[in-house]
Amino acid sequence: MSQKTEKLIDKKGIRLDGRKVDELRSIKIEVGALSNADGSAYIEQGKNKILAAVYGPKELHPKHLALPDRMALRCRYHMAPFSVQERKSPAPSRREIELSKVIREALEPSIFLEYYPRTGIDVFVEVLQADGSTRCASITAASLAIADAGIPMRDLVVACSAGKIDDTVILDLMDTEDKMGMADVPVALMPNLNAITLLQMDGILTSEEFEKALNLALEGCQKIYAMQKEALKAKYVTAKEESEE
Amino acid sequence: MPTSFERRQLVTPGDLIAEGEYIAGENTYAEDNKIYASRIGMVEYENKKVNVVALKAFYIPRVGDMVIGTIVEVGFNGWTVNINAPYEALLRASDVLSRSFKPQKDELSQVLDIGDLVVAKIFAYDRAHNPQLAVDEPGLGKITRGQILKITPTKIPRVIGRKGSMISMIKQETDCQIILGLNGVVLVTGKNFEDEALAIMAINKVEEESHTSGLTDRITKMLKEEKAKREEIKNESEN
Repeated sequence: MSQKTEKLIDKKGIRLDGRKVDELRSIKIEVGALSNADGSAYIEQGKNKILAAVYGPKELHPKHLALPDRMALRCRYHMAPFSVQERKSPAPSRREIELSKVIREALEPSIFLEYYPRTGIDVFVEVLQADGSTRCASITAASLAIADAGIPMRDLVVACSAGKIDDTVILDLMDTEDKMGMADVPVALMPNLNAITLLQMDGILTSEEFEKALNLALEGCQKIYAMQKEALKAKYVTAKEESEE
Repeated sequence: MPTSFERRQLVTPGDLIAEGEYIAGENTYAEDNKIYASRIGMVEYENKKVNVVALKAFYIPRVGDMVIGTIVEVGFNGWTVNINAPYEALLRASDVLSRSFKPQKDELSQVLDIGDLVVAKIFAYDRAHNPQLAVDEPGLGKITRGQILKITPTKIPRVIGRKGSMISMIKQETDCQIILGLNGVVLVTGKNFEDEALAIMAINKVEEESHTSGLTDRITKMLKEEKAKREEIKNESEN
């Protein structure tokens, strides 16, 4: 396992997909992609294709899940059977259940849950095509969907990953870099409040490398945040312009 | 005491709108003397108060609001009503039937059944309890005729207009009775189907173009033209 035949970065510092070490994949975000949900968003980050839908706040069923002092946030991260090379069983796997929890906990601090007690919000994240760092792209999309549903929030949440391949700290890992690489650090951030809502690390980094990776991921978050904001405004600006014609 | 946005500028949740001695109004929150937006919307300043007019929101019940709801459940001593809010509302049988109510005798589904629409007022609501409805005023109660349409609850004030200018104009022009439920449900009752259709068209147009100015005049014009057109068609078919 330790011996790799393929180099992930060439001598010029260019990665397998032609990116520089501190470069993001191309990102496309659309808000309001689904009309049946109360709020929705679609994100493409490199080869990742992810849909997020939000329902609520509404009366919670089963009722015993309702909390007397705040809204309950439920989150489901799910990968479509065709999202990966080898067909994935549609039943929720251990990893998906864990990611559902991770995403929920990354979004929770951003929402004013205490405003509407005894109700619930459902967040559904559907990965249509996966190519590494899906949890980050999912958080970015889910946060937009929550804003699109008109749920009061402290801030949008934006997420980005950093990691280490071939002893170099890099930004925004894709699938091969995640699998063949040495470490992965996903970070979620509320940019205006400058608060981190998710920080994980998988692999081994020295404390200097970790700090470097964290800062790189935070920079990436700021770049994605600009796009995220633009996408949210775009939906409402077009609605506004259409009406002015 | 700087403000970072101009009036009517679009903000997204988390945008820092103002710093210093401002008061957080609708759809905003204050933290460390800073005011942030909590919903997507347009900034409005009202003296020291900072408001965000939300472009997307849902209805939150308030005591005294008139709403239009659908019966979703008939219980032992009352009904559960869907009022398009995060909470389901309760309507007690003893508040509907003027006489004393006996569960053994009265069949509640004969009074109001699932799917029936009611105009009601919210008379009690707090964080710990679901809203309670009352139908004890003239004009409230079961809806028997007319048409229903749903609009975004945040746009109801625009449909009412300044001092009711928009709604009274639409009522006058179309000769319809219009009841605006603050939960975004609107009841239109007219003498005939065409009048109602005309009123619905006007309300939908107001909702779509709610950001624009001079809307009342344009809606008046549209209604007059539309009426003239219909008159013409009518005359032609008679001749």
